[in-house]
Amino acid sequence: MSTNTIISIRGLTKTFLSNKNTVTALRNIDLDIKKGDIFGIIGVSGAGKSTLVRCINLLERPDSGSVIFDGRDLTKLSEKQMQQERRSIGMIFQQFNLLMQRQVWKNITFPLEIAGLSKDDAKSRALKLLNTVGLSDKANSYPSQLSGGQKQRVAIARALATNPKVLLCDEATSALDPGTTKEVLALLREINKTLGVTIIIITHEMSVIEEVCNKVAVIDKNNIVECGNVSDVFTHPKSEAAKKLFFGEGVKDKSFSKRCCRIVFDGSSSFDPVIADMILQTGEAVNIMFADTKNIDGKAYGQIIIQLPDGEIAQKKIISWLRDRNLSVEEVSDIG
Amino acid sequence: MAEFIENIDMFLKGTGETLYMTLLSTLIAYLIGLPLGILLIITDKNGLKPIKWLNVILNAIVNIFRSIPFLILLVWITPVTRAIVGKSYGTNAAIVPLVIAAAPFVARLIESSIKEVDSGVIEAAKSMGATHWQIVTKVLLSEAKPSLFIGSAIAVTTILSYSAMAGFVGGGGLGDIATRFGYYRYNDTIMTISVILLVIVVQVLQEIGMLIAKKSDKRN
Ligand SMILES: Nc1ncnc2c1ncn2[C@@H]1O[C@H](COP(=O)(O)OP(=O)(O)OP(=O)(O)O)[C@@H](O)[C@H]1O
Ligand SMILES: [Mg+2]
Repeated sequence: MSTNTIISIRGLTKTFLSNKNTVTALRNIDLDIKKGDIFGIIGVSGAGKSTLVRCINLLERPDSGSVIFDGRDLTKLSEKQMQQERRSIGMIFQQFNLLMQRQVWKNITFPLEIAGLSKDDAKSRALKLLNTVGLSDKANSYPSQLSGGQKQRVAIARALATNPKVLLCDEATSALDPGTTKEVLALLREINKTLGVTIIIITHEMSVIEEVCNKVAVIDKNNIVECGNVSDVFTHPKSEAAKKLFFGEGVKDKSFSKRCCRIVFDGSSSFDPVIADMILQTGEAVNIMFADTKNIDGKAYGQIIIQLPDGEIAQKKIISWLRDRNLSVEEVSDIG
Repeated sequence: MAEFIENIDMFLKGTGETLYMTLLSTLIAYLIGLPLGILLIITDKNGLKPIKWLNVILNAIVNIFRSIPFLILLVWITPVTRAIVGKSYGTNAAIVPLVIAAAPFVARLIESSIKEVDSGVIEAAKSMGATHWQIVTKVLLSEAKPSLFIGSAIAVTTILSYSAMAGFVGGGGLGDIATRFGYYRYNDTIMTISVILLVIVVQVLQEIGMLIAKKSDKRN
């Protein structure tokens, strides 16, 4: 384990006993998360995402394996020591989980109160954090008076109160509309940048990963099937699960004629209308068979599959035009 | 009306005794029922600290005392009452059976109020490193506060109606007056006045409880 690894999970297994049946939620998970990462964990419902994140702060005790946080194996700690350690691991939730009978500022002082901080110190820290999340005017409101996005901001402020090294987010934007989701994700990115907090984001939405994460792990059927930089995993997914998540179910069913090309956008080219330019400049027509590209920070990610026109010269013309633009082009007959 | 004025001292004394029995019994019942209800919650299999044997025993005790009709309990525990209070009749003597009947009832009220607390909030508190004690005091009891107040309004009115039954064994209060005059001497007027006073006391106590519950709830 290198020194800039903050969380290192080894051989983690978790099973549940329900109605005399054992359900395996996680099987032999290995995962390393570096300091300063915004690490996404994506998978379909029931894949084991929540269980994995709950095993990180030991809300769920793993059956076997270790969770090394900041150099200490959490699974070896007593309940008392673990309670102490949890102050370094903030957590936010899909349903916000605010204390409904406490004012906003008192929600934020809650973790400080249980840590034994004086009331005055706790209050001034809470007000500072409210400023960070842009809700200074809501200090005396009750959670029921806030919108979903505002509630999540309060939850973020509360999770940051004890100066955690890591922030765990379990579907933190799943109850929010797309616009609010973007705002909350921008806030998380900001917190990561300015406070250096490592962030772990659990989601079932690719768009969330694209928006903020630099690393991603794909979890499928209780196992991590793929892990790496977002741009790598996104442009060249290797596992079936990842392909399904990124490109949908339909891809494999499509059949293409013999001369088809896949153009991969890995973020090195800018997001401009490549295909339109190509057709205009080469004077050749192509048939777009499949396209899934995304614009991330003005860079193009994703892939387009085109059917080339008849005639070898026309085909060469198109391929070399694309290669000249530093796009990766490969011939495909089947895109399974 | 004339009869009410004539007997005003008796009615005042009766109302006072009823309030005294009810409120003191409620207080003591909460001193026993509150910890009992909390223990029921935390030792449950989905609770903070599951302890199966303790949970089974506590549930059994609560269920047994909840299923004995109050009048029968009143008579049955006379020796206990005598041992505690020194006599088996009068207002103070009535408090013993009232507490024994009410404490398990209060425990159930507490249990059901606390059960309404969102498990996500408990989880959030755990994730912040809260101890079990902190979760009980700062999350469960404080988040359940409005519901606990509603529960106490129910408890007070239930205990008050039990206290009226204590009139049968000379427990004092409005129930005693109604029993003595209405049941044994066929004085309908006095009985009716007692009933009206009982209804008023119940309504007032209930409204106070509900008002506090509503005032304390920050969810809307
Ligand atoms: N407390 C529990 N008791 C029994 N089974 C459980 C429990 N918690 C999770 N499981 C099972 O473990 C598996 C993984 O669940 P988990 O909640 O981690 O999935 P998830 O990826 O978070 O799904 P979702 O996207 O729906 O939240 C599921 O099969 C689930 O039924
Ligand atoms: Mg989940």
